[in-house]
Amino acid sequence: MSLYYVQKFLYELNRSPAVQQAYTADRHASLEGFTLSDEEIAALTEPDIGKLFHLGVNGQILMHFAAFHQIEWADYLQRMRDGIDAYGPVREGVYAMTGYEGVDAHAATLGQESRVADGAGNAGTSTNGS
Amino acid sequence: MPLVYAGVCSHAPGIRGRADQADPVAKDALYAAMDDQRAAIAATNPDALIVIAAEHFANFFMNNMPTFAIGMADFYNGPIEDPAWLGIDKFEAPGNRSLSERLIREVMQTVDVAYAEEWLFDHGIAVPLSFLTPNFDLPVIPVNINCQGPPLTPLHRAYAFGEALRRAADSVPERIALVGTGGISHWPATPDSGKINEAWDRDFLDRWARNDRAALLDYDDAQVYADAGQGGFEIRTFITVSGAAAGSTGTVHHYEPIPIFAVGCTTASYDLG
Repeated sequence: MSLYYVQKFLYELNRSPAVQQAYTADRHASLEGFTLSDEEIAALTEPDIGKLFHLGVNGQILMHFAAFHQIEWADYLQRMRDGIDAYGPVREGVYAMTGYEGVDAHAATLGQESRVADGAGNAGTSTNGS
Repeated sequence: MPLVYAGVCSHAPGIRGRADQADPVAKDALYAAMDDQRAAIAATNPDALIVIAAEHFANFFMNNMPTFAIGMADFYNGPIEDPAWLGIDKFEAPGNRSLSERLIREVMQTVDVAYAEEWLFDHGIAVPLSFLTPNFDLPVIPVNINCQGPPLTPLHRAYAFGEALRRAADSVPERIALVGTGGISHWPATPDSGKINEAWDRDFLDRWARNDRAALLDYDDAQVYADAGQGGFEIRTFITVSGAAAGSTGTVHHYEPIPIFAVGCTTASYDLG
């Protein structure tokens, strides 16, 4: 398992049209040279956005991978929520710093309203100062 | 010349990319505030604009992550994101290699920085520029602070970096404007995108406006993460501007949470006297 190399591949994909073309032509072949587990390869090639978030991929990298796959914003957010529900809390990375255990539990930890209601972030704004 | 402008603004990609999904009244108020900031900067007749950004793995990755980086090129390109996704067309922004080099040499007297002779602007710089220099006709000097990949730049180093930038800006004959960009509390690009801790934001902005160094540095990353999300780490850009404007107090011109933009949208500036 290597979160570093999962993110490294996505970093290069996000930056490089050549890597994007290689990924489009042959997803598995484009991952050669990166130290990845079978689980990580499956998540990157399917692609499984929820699994990638569960593995700990930073959203600043992941959101561009979702956009590359023409996944709309609200769907992108929902896929991450579904990934936490299906696979459990984020394993490592910045979101595991205090444990990212799901939207509802996370909101409760903060003493804030529960999850954003419509997937687009148009509810759930908090004025709680905790 | 003495620094001519020091301010901050938001840079969230949704400000351009999801503008059509926002409450139009809130969006229009933000856009008006950004235009006011553009006009305020233009009124200082600057020769260059330093943009202190929290870059997001567009140029800098965990294989070689600088604590601080400054651009040193005659031009920069952007956005690195898909233009349709970001709502900003491809552009080339002018730089000023000579000016960058002189600033970097001065900053290096007290703060270690990396320099970069190429830089693909992501939304952290492209969104502010789309408002502040919409014709891309003002030389830009990009600056990055590591707010993303722990271990992060310590807050007191961010403040000291701002002080070093101020000394550098004051040491050159050009008229330098400086803008820090970032979020305050937010959970960008995560399942909690749209959550904003307005009370936390307003408390931070109060500390920022008073330029209370001790209060600005009185945060730790774990508590910031808990109260303000990983996006809250970007307070480093605001704190650097405070360091650059040490001794001055400021005014928050605009603050309004806009959940679809994933942040409390802000413009503010210091009175440099």
